[in-house]
Amino acid sequence: MAVNGDSRARWRYMDHILTRPGAYTDPEWGEGIIGTLENAKVLVIGAGGLGCEILKNLALSGFKSIDVIDMDTIDVSNLNRQFLFRQSDVGKPKASVAADFVMKRVPGCKINAHVCKIQDKDEEFYMQFSMVICGLDSIEARRWINALLVGMVDYDNDDSLKPLIDGGTEGFKGQSRVVIPRMTSCIECQLDMHAPRAAVPLCTLATIPRQPQHCIEWAHIIKWEEERKDIQLDTDDPEHITWLYRTALKRAQEFGIQGVTYSMTQGVVKNIIPAIASTNAIIAASCCNEAFKIATSSAPALANTIPEGVDPETYDPDEEFAPAPNNYMLYTGDNSIYTFTFGHKKKPDCPVCGNLPKDLTVPGDQTLQELIESFAERPEAQLKKPSLSTGGKTLFFSSPESLRQQTEGNLRKKMRDLMEDGEEVVVTDPAFPTEFKYTIHLT
Amino acid sequence: MASSQNEVPPPLQDIPTAKEKKYDRQLRLWGAGGQLALEETHILLINNGPGVTGVETLKNLVLPGIGQFSILDSAVVSEADLGVNFFLDDDSLGKFRAEETVKLLQELNPDVKGTAITEPLETWAVKDKIFTPYTLVLIAAPLDPAILATIDKHVQALEIPAFYLHSVGYYSQFSLYLPPAFPIVDTHPDPTSTDDLRLLKPWPALLEFAKQKTASMDKMNGEQFAHIPWIALILHYLQEWQAAHDGKLPTEYKEKTQFRDLVRKGSPSEENFDEACAAVLKTLVPPKPSSKVTEILNAPEAKNLTATSPPFWVIANAIQQFYEKHGELPLPGAVPDLKAQSDTFIQLQNIYKTKAREDCAEVVATVRSLEKNLGRSGKLVIDEKEVENFCKGAAHIHLVRGRPLKIVTPDTVTTFGDRTKYLANELTNPESLSLLYIAFVAWDEYVATHTTSTKEAGSEGLKVPGAGDDYEADAEKLTGISHKIIDSVIKEAGTFVEDPEYSQIKEKVGKICVELARAGGAELHNIASLTGGLVAQEIIKVITKQYVPIDNTCVFDGIASKSYVLRI
Repeated sequence: MAVNGDSRARWRYMDHILTRPGAYTDPEWGEGIIGTLENAKVLVIGAGGLGCEILKNLALSGFKSIDVIDMDTIDVSNLNRQFLFRQSDVGKPKASVAADFVMKRVPGCKINAHVCKIQDKDEEFYMQFSMVICGLDSIEARRWINALLVGMVDYDNDDSLKPLIDGGTEGFKGQSRVVIPRMTSCIECQLDMHAPRAAVPLCTLATIPRQPQHCIEWAHIIKWEEERKDIQLDTDDPEHITWLYRTALKRAQEFGIQGVTYSMTQGVVKNIIPAIASTNAIIAASCCNEAFKIATSSAPALANTIPEGVDPETYDPDEEFAPAPNNYMLYTGDNSIYTFTFGHKKKPDCPVCGNLPKDLTVPGDQTLQELIESFAERPEAQLKKPSLSTGGKTLFFSSPESLRQQTEGNLRKKMRDLMEDGEEVVVTDPAFPTEFKYTIHLT
Repeated sequence: MASSQNEVPPPLQDIPTAKEKKYDRQLRLWGAGGQLALEETHILLINNGPGVTGVETLKNLVLPGIGQFSILDSAVVSEADLGVNFFLDDDSLGKFRAEETVKLLQELNPDVKGTAITEPLETWAVKDKIFTPYTLVLIAAPLDPAILATIDKHVQALEIPAFYLHSVGYYSQFSLYLPPAFPIVDTHPDPTSTDDLRLLKPWPALLEFAKQKTASMDKMNGEQFAHIPWIALILHYLQEWQAAHDGKLPTEYKEKTQFRDLVRKGSPSEENFDEACAAVLKTLVPPKPSSKVTEILNAPEAKNLTATSPPFWVIANAIQQFYEKHGELPLPGAVPDLKAQSDTFIQLQNIYKTKAREDCAEVVATVRSLEKNLGRSGKLVIDEKEVENFCKGAAHIHLVRGRPLKIVTPDTVTTFGDRTKYLANELTNPESLSLLYIAFVAWDEYVATHTTSTKEAGSEGLKVPGAGDDYEADAEKLTGISHKIIDSVIKEAGTFVEDPEYSQIKEKVGKICVELARAGGAELHNIASLTGGLVAQEIIKVITKQYVPIDNTCVFDGIASKSYVLRI
């Protein structure tokens, strides 16, 4: 039977939600929603366990234009959950195999695959998307894309604001979260949610191993360097793992330690995190559900709601004691099913999103002294002893005394003689651990 | 300890097989035993409605390698199916949905066998012994409650675990039927909660070890002093404490902090003293089993053993005897990593292991005598490994008391029997999603009441809320049914909910009903996929008898992004 590649009949179920107002939709909601959804361009970072699910979910949520980035190739141990890959795909790039599969299965959905690192792409590339969904296993990559998206925000350009949706899993546990850059708590603000594992001291490995893992780390970190330093360790090379396993096992036997196995050797050396299809399905679907809600406004999305019991008229999420909008879902499935959905508060001292330069208009003939005095009154600053510097030079130090004396000569100078129009000024104050940034517009 | 340089390398018996490589990431969670259990499973999906959640569930089970699955579904693939179900393609149109989804699911894993059943449920379900081949049954709503009752009767008679699931718009819900007693030994507790070191009740070998390691502490060199295991330190200072406190141990919180100060005086900065101080509050607790565990060990099944009692209950009985004799459970025997010299640590490990083995041997002896006294047949001899496993995890065993699925009756307000009071409490708990559950019961009542004929094929004869154009009228009907259920729960529970709380509850459930009717029985792919993940995970827990499954109903709210578990 012939099918029109993409008639609306195909979307009959989803269209119930997209054409009927719900309990939480705005009174004006409805017009042009399907068009908005179809025109949204979504970037998916990672085509692994989460990525495969995310691509499928987006395609079946009516998104038509998707890009996916992943530098990895398919390994046999991916096949227990990365369902777009088959045995015959082992060794091929994940991004292109995944994209081709979903495009074939869901006609009308266009997916561009990029087999590269996220760092290989520039700001212009990222600017084309309306949102970004991450299914990554690396904290570093998350921090990189987070910092990039936060840095791209330009308040004069609505299109520069790109929601970041992030998922992660480990065994039966996972999390999904939504970041509206500059508006809600970012990945960097939430960094303390991912405490790194404590490393075993080197002297324990070298002299007093107690656990099978200590013997494996010894083989990995110390013995390989001693005996095979000319060979680059490849944790995917069975010969290398076998060498480490034998070396660790021998050491364990010397110390009477039990439990070194090949599988444990692989786990320790490759830092393997257990992964299963069901947790990936849960977390990826949660991420895509948020993406769908953001794209269609058919229901309120995480990070985009006003907390319960708060007056929407006066709510300011940046206020110190105001609750944050729910933006984070923690999931645990090993002991019954438990989700903890909460608002992670934006950190004002976050080095990434904490401090956007504010625009400040200053008369060109105002003196530095007058400007400094004005900081005491500015509500967002309230600085009593500010020090000022521009990218290149120090304008004024309020303390210590020696530096104050060196720089106080500037206080009488006019602003137009001290800086260019549009220059950024960093203001610090001994009372605050953070920097206040201003873009100075001279008049 | 020294080993000859000419030693042959150890044989590589545990180089992974191709199968172990493929399943590596999951074997690290449920091991070879769990995997074997999955491979012996045959799951039946009775699919209805858009039928996406059930298929997504199966995807998450075919990938990790369940043995077999069957899909019973007499629907024919329509264009709307293609927009929501990933395991259909354009070529599937007009063909049986069961056959097409089986075909595309099977592509995921050549080790798994799939079967399609296209016979209408109405005629299939009433056949004799039709459910015997299956290990677990999944039933997707909507279906005629009369047929659900038939299925329910079969699965209860055979004690086959069963799931009944809904996925409607942004919401989903599923209930799990388990047999009346579903015990789990391998619960995988959080490793930080499992330390059981018996420092308040040390046995002679452990005391002797502590004495040796702390003898003439003041004369040790720095290296030796810094490597006294903290367990020995605590035991040493406990003796000092007892000498100064009429032989009494620190039991109150305040005493424990004083005791910690005493340990701290031994060294202000050594790492092993840091470890000891950090462990004081956590480890100086009597090894008393939790009330949950006590309840399991004293369950009627454990008390009234028969010749055919499942091994779990026989071992539970033996462990209870052990507890009555010794005032503690068998020692698990694991020692956490701590700062020590290699040989000292291994010595300490062996002291704990030896005691654990002795405890276990005593339980095994009790099991053997129980077997003899009960006259159990030779075929039912309980494996020593099973006893050992139970002894190791005795403090963390779990029992689910399965309850039957909730089946509604047309034109009748659903009631909740002995769970009414609980549900009434849940209604006023702001964290609870009980109202979402009630709205789903109302949804079932609507379907039951509007089902005109059960003779038609498949689910075509069923009318779900919002399927027609006037979804707002259906939302009101659904709200009306929900209000009736709420009022009946409050009344039956003998409680009273005052305004404004009462009005707020009714308003809240009204909003849920608007969303359910808005969907008109549609599944959103994301919610179906998420729910399929949850259900698959629960199935894995039930099949492997590892980790702890829900008891017994889970709801998911895709608008608030929250789940909640209720015991109905």
